Amino acid sequence: MKKINDFVVKFANVNGSGSASANLLFAKSLFRMGLSVVPKNVFPSNIQGLPTWYEVRVSQAGRRARRGRVDVMVAMNPQTYAQDLADIVPGGYLIYDSSLPRSFGREDVNVLGIPIARMCADAYVSPRERQLFKNVVYVGALTALLDMDFTVVKQTVRDRFKGNAKLVEPNVEALKMGREFARRNFTCPLPIRVKKVKAAKDRIMITGNEAAGLGCLYAGASVAAWYPITPSTSLVEAFERHARKYRQRKDGTSNVAIVQAEDELAAIGIVIGAAWNGARAFTSTSGPGISLMGEFLGLAYFAEVPFVLFDVQRGGPSTGMPTRTQQSDITACAYASHGDTKQVLLFPGDPKECFDLTVDAFDLAERLQTPVIVMSDLDIGMNEWVCDPLEWDDTRKHDRGKVMDAEMLDRAKSFGRYWDIDGDGITYRTLPGTHPTKGAFFTRGSSHDAFAAYTEDGQVNAENMDRLTRKFEMAASRMPKPVIRKTSRTSKLGIINFGSTEPAVREACDLLSREGYKLNTMRLRAFPFGKEVAKFAAKHDRIFVVEQNRDAQMRTLLINEAGIPPEKLVSVLDYEGMPLTAGWVKREIEAVIEKDKSVAKAMYLSAQAM
Amino acid sequence: MTYMKKPNVRHPGLRKNDLGLTRRDYEGLVSTLCAGCGHDSISAAIIEACFELDLPAHRLAKLSGIGCSSKTPTYFLNRSHGFNSVHGRMPSIATGANLANRDLIYLGVSGDGDTASIGLGQFCHAMRRRVNMIYIVENNGTYGLTKGQFSATSDRVSKSKKGEANLFEAIDLCTLAIHLGAGFVARGFSGDKGHLVPLIKAAFRYNGFAFIDIVSPCVTFNDHEDSTKSYDYVRAHNEAMDRLDLVPEREEITAHTEEGQTTTVRMHDGSLMRLHKLDDNYDPCDSESALTTLRKRYAKGQVVTGLLHIDNTDADLHELLGTTKQPLNAVPMGDLCPGNAELAKINKSLR
Ligand SMILES: Cc1ncc(C[n+]2csc(CCOP(=O)(O)OP(=O)(O)O)c2C)c(N)n1
Ligand code: SF4
Ligand SMILES: [Mg+2]
Repeated sequence: MKKINDFVVKFANVNGSGSASANLLFAKSLFRMGLSVVPKNVFPSNIQGLPTWYEVRVSQAGRRARRGRVDVMVAMNPQTYAQDLADIVPGGYLIYDSSLPRSFGREDVNVLGIPIARMCADAYVSPRERQLFKNVVYVGALTALLDMDFTVVKQTVRDRFKGNAKLVEPNVEALKMGREFARRNFTCPLPIRVKKVKAAKDRIMITGNEAAGLGCLYAGASVAAWYPITPSTSLVEAFERHARKYRQRKDGTSNVAIVQAEDELAAIGIVIGAAWNGARAFTSTSGPGISLMGEFLGLAYFAEVPFVLFDVQRGGPSTGMPTRTQQSDITACAYASHGDTKQVLLFPGDPKECFDLTVDAFDLAERLQTPVIVMSDLDIGMNEWVCDPLEWDDTRKHDRGKVMDAEMLDRAKSFGRYWDIDGDGITYRTLPGTHPTKGAFFTRGSSHDAFAAYTEDGQVNAENMDRLTRKFEMAASRMPKPVIRKTSRTSKLGIINFGSTEPAVREACDLLSREGYKLNTMRLRAFPFGKEVAKFAAKHDRIFVVEQNRDAQMRTLLINEAGIPPEKLVSVLDYEGMPLTAGWVKREIEAVIEKDKSVAKAMYLSAQAM
Repeated sequence: MTYMKKPNVRHPGLRKNDLGLTRRDYEGLVSTLCAGCGHDSISAAIIEACFELDLPAHRLAKLSGIGCSSKTPTYFLNRSHGFNSVHGRMPSIATGANLANRDLIYLGVSGDGDTASIGLGQFCHAMRRRVNMIYIVENNGTYGLTKGQFSATSDRVSKSKKGEANLFEAIDLCTLAIHLGAGFVARGFSGDKGHLVPLIKAAFRYNGFAFIDIVSPCVTFNDHEDSTKSYDYVRAHNEAMDRLDLVPEREEITAHTEEGQTTTVRMHDGSLMRLHKLDDNYDPCDSESALTTLRKRYAKGQVVTGLLHIDNTDADLHELLGTTKQPLNAVPMGDLCPGNAELAKINKSLR
């Protein structure tokens, strides 16, 4: 069973044992050898002692989704031996710490024992080192077993410990220890192995949170407030790290203010205050934080305060599965807050899009004068993805929207904060401190007229609500367009998806196509939906809506807001918390096609037309 | 309706301040609060203080939560931007606004329900972050706008208008503020404008979190005989600790100078504040002394007013964060966005 550059390696560890850094070293080294890697970190909501996995798919075809099943399992956690063993494909390999030798009872799996604990006990004195270097030793063994370029691995270690040079040597020594052991005791390399390729050289490996943090930096955000919550924390941390470098002035002061707030209510309040006062501001959270921010989201919608909110979604409801991925805040965010509210949502499909859509989010927020929620998730946010490099067009101008300065106020006959003089639903705002006598207004969450004055006149309030509707409808045309991929011009079968399901859906689509099922796909990137969405729906008879939640939330939104007939939309739902595999998507769709007569009819129609 | 504008009658005889403005220029819309509500007297005191300090009203932002008290920013300083936010969350709005533009003056107005109950957390955290702002609580011991429920500042001995007993201990906001390190902590009484206006003026001069708890009777729900927040009760039990003078001239003088009963404090802008103590046994510069005095006097049923604590040595939020002197909302986008050449370097570090 020869597998070159196309396999899955999985590490089963105990969390808190320092495995993350060694596992990343493994993935990064493969990436630097030009391979397409898909690393996924599966971790518990715990600091020490519970099972954790790190899985790396290497894909010859450049696939970006999980594959499922495992070719080489590095089982370092006796608690999960049974489950890990079951995960291995027939003919695959199990590497385990044979300091305490044992048998596993699976004839179709090759067991490779390495006495890692014993080797480390002999080589190191401190308990901490004995533990930490175990992880490096198994990576070392893999470099021999998989035929990895050791020079690349060593360089990756050097880069990893830049600024802490004394850690480089011990790590390289530990790598060598594992590598030598494998060479002496096993036939290296295995039939499963890698071969250096010349990949498109400019690709990068990045998490969505890092990319979104960079997006905030490039968008010119200068105020951030947040409250720690997995999986959103690393977004603000990334912003802070880059801001430390890029927002530092010569005099040592900085062009940014970042506040760790006392809770999400304060975080969003700080952001609203800053945005109202003319700074670009953002906060980042996950489901529970979204719930707490509800009241303020309504205020910002109604008072028309522009800012950016990141929802890096995780498994809900309640605390749910805090370290697993989901897309289950769609309706909660689209309709966030009491009363008639609708929020603008963006759905990045990978880290590169996290960067791009973040910058767009700030422009849209200020153009539309409303909050924009960037709907990321744990998979995009926290896992490393291989992407095209981030790009910035130096001629791009940040769109600050309709803000009147002192000069404009002097020229204007009169100023009304909510006075729709352009007829597009978007009115002019002024910033505090602009003009000694003109342009002051009172921002409030209570009903107000065109001049921002309190009113209890129901008709005036209804008119203002209608203007907000007009604004929202107009916004649809300014949103990032959905990405439509046509497999066949005549097919009546479609898929709608969004966010991190993209790689699995794309791969599944290709697999289905090979079996004669031609499906066109549309990846949504924004709400409100542009007219392309209804158009796509009109052209297809059956559309599979793939999403990671139980209640078919995006399907509901498509029915409610794009007017798509419910009978057209077939749900493909996953809510187990893991990034999807193409195999699963394919099986789900196939099952429906085979069972559902009307789908068969749609297929028939498409076949007829071909 | 509250959007009623005041008739714009010019009185040629009205006194003008250094900006050439009259008191009228600092007013707001006609108040819709109950006739006699303490909150209206506070609005008048704010107008007076701003007028006397020659404050350019457009350089001030007024922020509030929800409640009768939080409505009042509509009734003063028409030339200022205002933000009537959500219940109990004015401190976070003020924090963010201040972060975006450190050059404006931020005046937060809240109620005892808004601050001591739903907003207690945000109030505490704005203080410990040392947001540079004036924070006024218009304290009537009741929820005016929702019609007379007990608030958390209602004293335990106080009874509701219907005669119900208050079961719970009161939260004393001044004590809390001193504990949390607020550098300017004062208490005033809406019924004593002569005493209140200098307090507000001093708060405007202070750099950092200036807190004023102003007892402000609710004539409709909490001005009865068994209330400790009624006009009569406060008049009878008010104990002024000091009298304030603001001295505009910038004479050379060190921060805290003891001159018998008078403490002189140099404010951030160089002006001086003279604090004439009316009680020998306490030192407003010493938080322990202020806390002890508050506790002892409270036990006697007294309502202590005056500048209770001052410490102007601490850094404010911007100084703590090291933010630049230029208001963040005025930093050009070109200085905030690192550009494509830097992004290329960042990309390189991700390979
Ligand atoms: C989240 C929320 N809960 C409840 C209310 C109802 N509410 C409005 S004002 C108020 C109490 C105000 O009391 P206080 O701050 O003391 O102001 P006062 O009217 O006494 O000046 C309450 C409970 C609200 N507006 N928002
Ligand atoms: S109800 Fe009380 S607090 Fe409210 S306006 Fe009337 S007197 Fe003032
Ligand atoms: Mg009250």
